[in-house]
Amino acid sequence: MEITGYVRPDGSVGYRNHIAVLPSVSCANDVALRIGHTYPNVLVLAHRQGCGQLGDDKDQAARTLAGLGKNPNIAGSLIIGMGCESITAEYLADEISRTKKMVETLVVLDEGGLPAALPRGTKALDLMLREASQMKRVRCDAERLILGIKCGLTDTTSGIASNPATGIAADMLVASGGTVIFGETPEIIGAEHILAKRATSREVEEKLYRLVNQCEERVRASGMDIRGANPAPGNIAGGITTIEEKSLGAIKKGGGTRLQGVLNYGEIPKGRGLFFMDGPGRTPEALTGLSATGAQIIIFSTGGGSPAGTLISPVIKVTGNPHTAQRLSGHIDVDVSSILRGEETLETAGERIFQELLNVASGKVTKAEALGYGTISVWNIAPPM
Amino acid sequence: MKRAIMIDPEDTVATLLSDAETGEPVYIVTADGKETKALKAREPISMGHKVALMSLKKGEKVMKYGAVIGQAIRHIREGDHVHVHNMKSLRLIIPLNASRIPK
Repeated sequence: MEITGYVRPDGSVGYRNHIAVLPSVSCANDVALRIGHTYPNVLVLAHRQGCGQLGDDKDQAARTLAGLGKNPNIAGSLIIGMGCESITAEYLADEISRTKKMVETLVVLDEGGLPAALPRGTKALDLMLREASQMKRVRCDAERLILGIKCGLTDTTSGIASNPATGIAADMLVASGGTVIFGETPEIIGAEHILAKRATSREVEEKLYRLVNQCEERVRASGMDIRGANPAPGNIAGGITTIEEKSLGAIKKGGGTRLQGVLNYGEIPKGRGLFFMDGPGRTPEALTGLSATGAQIIIFSTGGGSPAGTLISPVIKVTGNPHTAQRLSGHIDVDVSSILRGEETLETAGERIFQELLNVASGKVTKAEALGYGTISVWNIAPPM
Repeated sequence: MKRAIMIDPEDTVATLLSDAETGEPVYIVTADGKETKALKAREPISMGHKVALMSLKKGEKVMKYGAVIGQAIRHIREGDHVHVHNMKSLRLIIPLNASRIPK
């Protein structure tokens, strides 16, 4: 099994070859977008972070933004700071430079403001685009592939078709030496003990329980009661009876291999195999967090059919719902509703998903990717000051 | 032909892959497509809902995905619809107004 990718100076492999404009702070978004418009093929990673943040929230934002720049799908980045923010362009550039990829910085206030910053910014992009355009794909194995996995718009087909089939593809990637990261802490409540049993160490087990407790505490602290919210009335009408059943169906998407580690949101894993990443279920934040871990490709198992993608990592949309596959065919990459009709087993559907993953790695464009669908959004855990 | 998937060999329920009517035979299939047995649906069961593969005593654990998904709160017979009216979570109790099955 061979795929092709771009080998980066630090040995990591990208399956796309993007140039990115990354503001270090939200006030630099406007400058980033104007510079990006001049070269429409660059990815502009506008966001709402970088200032007025304290403690863990600031650290998480800094780690995530750096992670986005480090993602191997990015060949080079232009970091734009204002000059007054707390997550500086210099900090992000230092972090991302560890990968030895191309990094340029621009500080708007030093340049003299928005119009003054445009010439230097566009020139930097021009040079990096040319450099990147001469890079070539080479044949490689799957050992450097980090697959992110998400589920969303869950319905009854998710737990019996698209999630288990995706889990089979996940197991196949781990068996090939690759890495799989799945997340969404609220979605494992009720099944965390099952995951914990597969942990490779006591430390991993404890961190998993700690994150689940933290998630439940946050829900309580906000004055809400999770009862009645999970499973939701729609889940119950669709046949899901308990939170355990819902979460067991959710964790199926990560497959059945040993849990090598538990990552903080946006944290890059050390080592290979299966990892769980802390974070919310909400799509833009979940996908952004996965891109920051270094996941070059993401599989999104959906019942109802979410069109969402994310800018850095191509998203492969899988559904087991035949109505969704038909109605939203412009957004679905792999239709596994054949499982429900008895035309295919979970095993063969999983193999099909794995093959699609290899094809996408080697350059096949996904539906969400072709549409350029996606919004970068970092998960905040505290309000800004 | 109506089918229900038994995801793990230890499961005591299977999940309907299409709607079944009262008295209709439901063929139980495993994850790798093998048909294990047939049973009769004792009541209408919708796609995505669960059917009992065997009788379960009140208090007995209900197994799906090879793990405990809850506990029977009354005696369940093979072929019964298994849902909020006859089983409960061991983790969270669903509010009473959700225990009526919506049409």
